[in-house]
Amino acid sequence: MAAIEQDSDRFSLGQLWFDKRYRAVVMQILVVAGVCLFVAYIAVNAVQNLEALGKTFGFNFLWAPSSYDINQSLIAYNSRDTHFRAGVVGLINTGLIAVGGCIFATILGFIFGVLRLSSNWLINRIVYCYIEFIRNVPVLVQILLWHGVIISTLPSPRQALTATEGIYLSNRGFYVPAPIVEDAFIVVVIAFFAAIAGVVAFRRWAKKHQEATGQIYPVLSISFAAIIGLPVIAFFLAGMPLTLDAPELRGFNFQGGMVLRPEFTALWFALSVYTSAFIAEIVRSGIQAVSHGQTEAAFALGIRPNWTMRLIVIPQALRVIVPPLTSQYLNLTKNSSLAIAIGYMDLVATLGGITLNQTGKEMECMMIVLLIYLSISLTISAFMNWYNRRIALVER
Amino acid sequence: MSTLKVLLTASAVTVVGAAGASAATLDDVKSKGFVQCGVSTGVPGFSFTDDAGNWQGFDPAVCQAVAAAVFGDSSKVKYTPTTGKTRFTALASGEVDVLARNTTWTLSRDTDLGFTFVGVNYYDGQGFMAPKALGVSSAKELDGASVCIQTGTTTELNLADFFRVSNMSYEPVPIETNEEARTNYLAGRCDVYTTDASGLAASRATFDNPADHVILPEIISKEPLGPLVRQGDDQWADIVRWSLNAMINAEEYGVTSENVDEMAKGTDNPDVNRLLGTEGDMGAMMGLDSKWGYNIIKQVGNYGEVFEQFIGSATPIGLERGINAQYKDGGILYAPPIR
Ligand SMILES: N[C@@H](CCC(=O)N[C@@H](CS)C(=O)NCC(=O)O)C(=O)O
Repeated sequence: MAAIEQDSDRFSLGQLWFDKRYRAVVMQILVVAGVCLFVAYIAVNAVQNLEALGKTFGFNFLWAPSSYDINQSLIAYNSRDTHFRAGVVGLINTGLIAVGGCIFATILGFIFGVLRLSSNWLINRIVYCYIEFIRNVPVLVQILLWHGVIISTLPSPRQALTATEGIYLSNRGFYVPAPIVEDAFIVVVIAFFAAIAGVVAFRRWAKKHQEATGQIYPVLSISFAAIIGLPVIAFFLAGMPLTLDAPELRGFNFQGGMVLRPEFTALWFALSVYTSAFIAEIVRSGIQAVSHGQTEAAFALGIRPNWTMRLIVIPQALRVIVPPLTSQYLNLTKNSSLAIAIGYMDLVATLGGITLNQTGKEMECMMIVLLIYLSISLTISAFMNWYNRRIALVER
Repeated sequence: MSTLKVLLTASAVTVVGAAGASAATLDDVKSKGFVQCGVSTGVPGFSFTDDAGNWQGFDPAVCQAVAAAVFGDSSKVKYTPTTGKTRFTALASGEVDVLARNTTWTLSRDTDLGFTFVGVNYYDGQGFMAPKALGVSSAKELDGASVCIQTGTTTELNLADFFRVSNMSYEPVPIETNEEARTNYLAGRCDVYTTDASGLAASRATFDNPADHVILPEIISKEPLGPLVRQGDDQWADIVRWSLNAMINAEEYGVTSENVDEMAKGTDNPDVNRLLGTEGDMGAMMGLDSKWGYNIIKQVGNYGEVFEQFIGSATPIGLERGINAQYKDGGILYAPPIR
């Protein structure tokens, strides 16, 4: 105590640098100031350069009609809508490919990851080769390859492959009937949510019951049966309130129905397959990280093999798997911007592409696109971190 | 990849600072020793690389003319291939000095985007091409078709308007380059390819069976294509403008690369004399050598010669002069006098 007071009595400027305690603070202030200056410099410079080019900075262009059409849109859109709306259409398309890609990649990745550990030599080797091959071919090449294969090997709409009436595969896409719901369909939706609520309650009760009596119910199968069965029963009781709008060849193309366009399919497959190879390796290492002693101990306690997997191995493996899995999801989402190579209309193609080009607002469009990707990535990270904490080892 | 380029250029604008439009591009070009010219990634006849890997064609000829005027050597040009989407960023950021790339002169590009169009080297309009087998004979029959279209072009805006006004639906299939369009169109990903009619003719010429494809009769827009520079450097704009005008005037006066030496000895036509620098001092007014016009015609040729060499009726592209003939021959090509 006394020493410190003495120090502060004799405070000199040199101390800011030579005294460890002050130096840490001074350094931090300097770094922050430096970063601020750098950012300010860039901002001022950008404004000056834009001025020199005779360009103004502003976001009003977002409210002008976009004047271009987009082939895939989940919300109503036409060329009279604003650039803003075109950007939203692109963002939704990005979201669609990211979510679809993550799901498919995870499924593929887990399957291959487990197969990779197979004791069957042949399966093991085949999967190994598959993973090495996929991981080492650039994803852009894979996207172009899938797209090329789809558009040049599939027949034209007039010769489309068809399984049954209403399902067609051609180089314009995969057409299936679109469901058109009637008002009464709401009953099915209600039944679905009711089933979920019921299942949650049932699980709680089953857990309590098990803790109290030791009796185990087949919770999983009952849950599935309820969530699927209840809406189905409701559907038939309500008199099947759903009609199908089947696609039909009219003129050049199929009209009506739902379509997975070649661009979407190619991008979806390519990103999923590519990412799945990395996920497979993550899953393999995660499972291998759980020491064999755990399994042996579980067996010694008489726990059945599939229970051992579910209750002992997977929860521990997940702890190793989730953090790197997060970065794979982030990669996939960011890689989805390669969509532009085959003309899938994602955020980069609409707002960061056509809008940017037609309005000449490079700075503004790129800023928006960067910010959106940043927020998407941070959101995914935040979610996965939350999930990671949830499954983390609880030390007792 | 092109996004990366846009991003990079956007950040180049931010950090390095563009060659500010007010800077004297002529001095810049002189100290570099060459003209940096933005061309397309490849449209037969209009811009392509020859067997030796040099860029040639109707569009590079404009840049070659500028180099001839500035350096007295038409080979002092370096080329940057640009797509419909990257071209404007390339010019705005100072990556290229001139953009000669079948680009339509529009009000917003001339003003809001900060460029100056210096003239028109090809009067064009947007057309449609379809395989004969489809049996379409008019653009009005295209309801429901899939249409290949280059993004970042006026073409895509015209297309949206055309289909909306005609009350027809279509599926746009966006692509980046002419080459990609060709692949998608020939693979049948789209029923129709739409772009400037000249570009259609150029693409069709490279198909294995050009006769299997028809160009529909409708022309749905005006596409005056011409070279452009950054706004704000009038001297440089003048040099590019008058290099083009020199070629057009030369054709009108009958000056060709063959007879230019003869004519440069002096004629009794003062227009020709001023063009070739034997009378008056036109070059100095632009900060150029008095031989500027002579060098252009001698090394690159007049407008008609360049047209016939690369895209005219004797080439596989086979374009007629049509409205691109001199005004005296019933066209609308009319260059202001050199005086
Ligand atoms: N004239 C239109 C379209 C220009 C355009 O992009 N044309 C195509 C087809 S002729 C082209 O030049 N493509 C060359 C390339 O792919 O680089 C415009 O200025 O927006």
